[in-house]
Amino acid sequence: MNTKKHILDLSVAQVRELSAGYVEIHLRAADGKMPEMLPGQFVQVRVDGSPETFLRRPISVNLLTRTGAEGGACCDATGNDGAADELWLLVHAVGDGTRALARLQAGDTLNIVGPLGNGFTLPAEGADARPLLVGGGVGTAPLLFLGQELAARGVRPTFLLGGRREADIMQLEHFRRFGDVALTTEDGSAGERGFVTQHSLWRDAAYTQIYTCGPKLMMVNVARMARERGIPCEVSLENMMACGLGACLCCVENTVDGHVCVCTEGPVFDAKRLNIDH
Amino acid sequence: MSSLTTHIGALTLKNPVMTASGTFGYGLEFEDLVDLTRIGGIIVKGTTLEPRQGNPYPRMAETAHGMLNCVGLQNKGVDYFCKHIYPQIKDIDSQFVVNVSGSSPETYAECAARVAELERIEAIELNISCPNVRQGGMAFGTTCAGAASVVKAVRAVYPKTLIVKLSPNVTDITEIARAVEAEGADAVSLINTLMGMAIDAERQRPVLSIKTGGLSGPAVKPVALRMVWQVFEAVQIPIVGLGGIMNATDAVEFLLAGARAVEIGTANFIDPAVTVKVVDGINEYLDRHNCASVEDIIGAAH
Repeated sequence: MNTKKHILDLSVAQVRELSAGYVEIHLRAADGKMPEMLPGQFVQVRVDGSPETFLRRPISVNLLTRTGAEGGACCDATGNDGAADELWLLVHAVGDGTRALARLQAGDTLNIVGPLGNGFTLPAEGADARPLLVGGGVGTAPLLFLGQELAARGVRPTFLLGGRREADIMQLEHFRRFGDVALTTEDGSAGERGFVTQHSLWRDAAYTQIYTCGPKLMMVNVARMARERGIPCEVSLENMMACGLGACLCCVENTVDGHVCVCTEGPVFDAKRLNIDH
Repeated sequence: MSSLTTHIGALTLKNPVMTASGTFGYGLEFEDLVDLTRIGGIIVKGTTLEPRQGNPYPRMAETAHGMLNCVGLQNKGVDYFCKHIYPQIKDIDSQFVVNVSGSSPETYAECAARVAELERIEAIELNISCPNVRQGGMAFGTTCAGAASVVKAVRAVYPKTLIVKLSPNVTDITEIARAVEAEGADAVSLINTLMGMAIDAERQRPVLSIKTGGLSGPAVKPVALRMVWQVFEAVQIPIVGLGGIMNATDAVEFLLAGARAVEIGTANFIDPAVTVKVVDGINEYLDRHNCASVEDIIGAAH
C-alpha cells in the first residue's frame, strides 16, 4: 500500500517530558488534518536551531489521533481538545539533533517529510490474530501506533516492553488502552527482571505474529525466538539515513536480496529476509 | 521574467538547475514532493554495465555542514535501467541525463553505447571521479592520461552530449579539464565529492565501512566555486557547477564563476523541493538585476 508523501510545516501543540531525555511531541497541521500514515512508517524531521545538525532525523510515527475517531478518548488523557488530528513523535535525546528536538516548545513549527517507508503488515480483517509486540527503549514508539490500529480492527495485542529500568518504559497508560502489557527491566524496578527475551510469557503463549522494534541485538534475539516457535516475525530497523526517500542508498541493510534501502523497502522487514538471524 | 534557458553542448535545458547524480534517485522517488517538470535536468544515479552491490553499511557520516558517503556505485546495471526505469521517465518533461561509470574504458564505453540507444536521453555524465570504488572511478579521473583514455573510448561510441564529471582530489583540476576537452568532451561538471573520513572517538574506529568517503554539502562550496572559476579560465567547453549548493544565491555564485548550469545534490536531502526554489530564486535574481537572460551572468564575475 502506497501512502502519498508530503512536506509539511506542523505546529507543536504540546511537548511532554516522559522521563529524563525522552519527550513526546504532539504536532498539528494548519488545516487540522493529518495525511494518511501507516503503523511502522516514519517521518524525516528537519532540525532547526542546531548548527551541528545538517541532516534530517528519521522518527517513527508514535501515534496518530484523529478528531472524532473511535479511540479519541486517548486524546482526552493527554490534553488534546479534539480540535485537530495529532501526530505524535517520541524522541530520545541522544545527540545534538535529537536534543534540539527535545527543546521544542508548544507553538514552535516543525518541518517534516513523510510519511515514509512501508509499515507493518496488519492481520486481515476478522482474522483470529494474537499478535505479540516486543519493544525496547525508544523502539516502543511505533508499537503504540500499531497497537492502536490492531485494536481498531478488533484485535487485542499483547505488548512486551523492556528497558534498563522503570524510567525507560514510557506511555504505559496508552499501551494499556490498546492491549495487555508485560514488562521487563534489567534492574527489576518494573515487571520481571531481565531482558524481554527472558519474560515468562514466552513459555506458554501461542502467538500468531510477532512485531519487534528496539535495539538491534534485542530484535535479533526476538527474531530467533520467533523462528524457534514457528511464528512469523516483523522487525523494524533504524539504520542511519540521509534522504529517507531511496535516493542516496546510505541506509542499506544486507538482506537475502542484497543491499536494500531501509527507508523505502523497510523500515519493517520480515525477519526471514534479513541476514541477522544466525 | 527572464529567459532561464541554457545549453550544454547540444543539450537544451529549460533552466540551469539540475539534480546531482546519487542524490535524487531516478526522480520518481521525489514525484510526490516536487514538480519534476520544473527542474532543468535530472541526472540519475550512477549506472554501470553490470549490477553492483556497492560497499557495506555504514555508508554515511554526518559532518560539520555536510556529510560523507561511501555508497560505491550500488545500482542494478544499465539493462535494468533501460528496461524498467527508462519507460517510467521517458515522457516526463525534463532532461534526464544518465551518469555512467565503469571499471575500464571498455566497460564505460559499452554502458554509454547502451544509453545512446535511448531516444529521450540526450546526454550522459561520465563519472571518472567516484572516490568510493577500488577499480575505475576516481582512478581514471586523477590523471590526464586516465581521464583521456575513458573519454576517448566513450566518445567513439557516444554521439550525443558528453559531460565529464571531474574529481577535486587532484593537484590541478584544470589539467584534467583540458585533457578531456582535447578528447572531445562536450562539457565538464565539477566537483564530485572531496575525499575525507570520520572517526568515532568512543569506538576509536573509522565510521565508514571502507574508512574513507566523499564529502559533500555546504562545507565544500568554496572549494567547488574556486575550481569552477579556474576551469572557466582554462577551457572553452561549457561547465556544469556543483558542490554544496543549498539555495539560489549559491547557484548564482556558480553561474557568475562560469558555470552554464548547476547541479543540486546533498541539499535534496534537507529539502526535497529545493530545486524549484532555486529556479524561482535565480529568476528573481535576474529580474532584480535587469538581466534578460541567464546567459547574461554566466562567467560575469571574471
